[in-house]
Amino acid sequence: MKAEPARTEIPGELRLEMHARLLRVRIASRRLAELYREQEMRTPAHFGLGQEAVAVGVVTALRPGDVVYSHHRAHNHYLASGGSVYELAAELYGREAGCSRGRGGSAHLTAQAVGFIASTAILGETIAIATGSALAFSMRGERRLAVSFFGEAACEEGIFYESINYAAIRRLPVLYVCENNLYSTESPLSVRQPAGTELCERARSFKLKAERVDGNDLAAVYEASARLADGLRRGEGPAFLECMTYRWLEHVGPHFDHEAGRTYRSREEVESWMQRCPVKRSAAEIIRLGVADEAALAALSNGITRDVEDAVKRARAADPPPQGDLYADVW
Amino acid sequence: MSGDALRPARNIKFKDALSEGLCMAMERDPGIFVTGISVDYPSGIFGSTVEALRRFGPARVFDAPAMENALTGIAIGAAVMGMRPVVVHPRNDFMFLAFDQLINVAAKWRYMYGGRAGSVPIVVRGIIGRGWGQGPTHSQSLQSVLAHFPGLAVVMPASPEDAKGLTMAALRASHPVIILEHRSLFELTGPVPEEYYATPFGHAKVVRPGVDLTLVATSYMVQEALVAAGVLAKEGIEVEIIDPRSIRPLDEETILASVRKTGRLIVADTSWECCGFSSEIAALAAEKAFDALRGPVRRLSSPNCPAPVAASLESVLYPKASTIVGLSLHMLGRHPQGNLRGIDAVDTFKGPY
Repeated sequence: MKAEPARTEIPGELRLEMHARLLRVRIASRRLAELYREQEMRTPAHFGLGQEAVAVGVVTALRPGDVVYSHHRAHNHYLASGGSVYELAAELYGREAGCSRGRGGSAHLTAQAVGFIASTAILGETIAIATGSALAFSMRGERRLAVSFFGEAACEEGIFYESINYAAIRRLPVLYVCENNLYSTESPLSVRQPAGTELCERARSFKLKAERVDGNDLAAVYEASARLADGLRRGEGPAFLECMTYRWLEHVGPHFDHEAGRTYRSREEVESWMQRCPVKRSAAEIIRLGVADEAALAALSNGITRDVEDAVKRARAADPPPQGDLYADVW
Repeated sequence: MSGDALRPARNIKFKDALSEGLCMAMERDPGIFVTGISVDYPSGIFGSTVEALRRFGPARVFDAPAMENALTGIAIGAAVMGMRPVVVHPRNDFMFLAFDQLINVAAKWRYMYGGRAGSVPIVVRGIIGRGWGQGPTHSQSLQSVLAHFPGLAVVMPASPEDAKGLTMAALRASHPVIILEHRSLFELTGPVPEEYYATPFGHAKVVRPGVDLTLVATSYMVQEALVAAGVLAKEGIEVEIIDPRSIRPLDEETILASVRKTGRLIVADTSWECCGFSSEIAALAAEKAFDALRGPVRRLSSPNCPAPVAASLESVLYPKASTIVGLSLHMLGRHPQGNLRGIDAVDTFKGPY
């Protein structure tokens, strides 16, 4: 077996804390996807089941004052940052109690109190916006970081190159986190990037520090993020972290591909990735290291499940925005 | 505005009024910075950013690569963190590259997060070109397109006084503001108060009072309208010129009050007719002052073709003072005396842009 010296450096408590956060993201996401089937959440939702370790690993490496931006598949980053399950569910149900008061829906989330500034729906937008927040920090001499989460398809947009070029010129404290889940909607990498493409090489050619990790390995994502964040805080300029991962459900909506008659990925391929489930891997690691036993993890999971159930019930029962407020907050 | 007595206005150029407004705002608000291609050149956006660079230095006035869309997103991200960025485009045509950030993000930010993610007080300056072969992609005028979207304020200063006042208002607004500045106005001289003042958005200016015909003119067309009104006055026709100053929000009341008084309306705008600002004002009059109209509303806009480069074609492209006079006389059932062409100003612009 390959030696994994860095692993033992993560304290047990932190490991457990990250696992709890991972479980919260997973359990909430899974429950929301189930409820989504009832057709009561009228907002196109891109579920991130299978990709949770990327969000949790990166966010755990941040400090208060750092800011996070996300994209259309935003639930994981919002929840990992500590965004409220109740407000997320209420947003999906179109309630006034939603994090964006029912105006933004699944792709336009915010939870500024926990540093999750915003997600937007169009590919690559928040890559530039995060860069701008880092510019503000840099101009004011603040030691804060901006994190931008995006999928590998955003690396096919011009704004990605405009932004990383700018961040490199000005040595801005931005961590660009690419969640490479191999598909853009239903388009495979083969029609989008030349064979042999290494996104890290592209980032390095723009003078960014770049690392690629197994995005389903929570500890590996955390360690790489912490390492890159340290460099960012030392003023070493922007960094790129590519996390290899996989989305379990269809691009938008609550179904597995096979349930919806989608054929762009084989069932075998999906199932092989589900075997590499980030939650199961994290749990196995915790048990192997003796940080907690199976019963303790089950109790943790049950507690979160109860909290999530309570949150989604309350969200569903919450009031919709009053119709008289249609024009509020345009300016 | 301060409680100080107003000092007398001096005559200064439009470009210097822009500069003065910018510098006064930057003095008050350390969060303001100016960026975009060429803002720190010695030529400094046709002279309008030179003084800001001299006084506030390269930390607050700095060049950028050609990256219009990301730069707009960067401005948004900085604004969300409490800064007040000014992004400048030496030609507003380049702003098409920034429409995703401007329209999908900046215009909607406040609304789409239910007011819980703050607002995006960015200012985007775009300069409109005209003449000397600026051609199809350096002489468009984007107010109609931009004003289409809720959440963006779009203003067009037509005088040195408003160049300063609208700049200062934009730099203390709580929402994104687009300032479209016409290149042909940069050398225009006019009275500008010395003190700090903000020209409020949504307040049109009656540039010249009149009773016979209402002429709503935007940006540079106000200059053509003034020449035309002078000629018409000699014919005993008193034209009322209204400069909306802000395209969105729009001061409907001032325009409607004038139409109700005169019963006749011409809209002279620098953009195209189709789905354009002139059509919007025509619709406004038709919906809200129809009984007062004594004849059809007429629009004077860019002709329905891209702007050509050749001087022979360009010379017949733009509506001018003579066009306004001819149309006004026609609407009043009068006939032009002699060749009106002689009234048009000779364009002294020397290029290259």
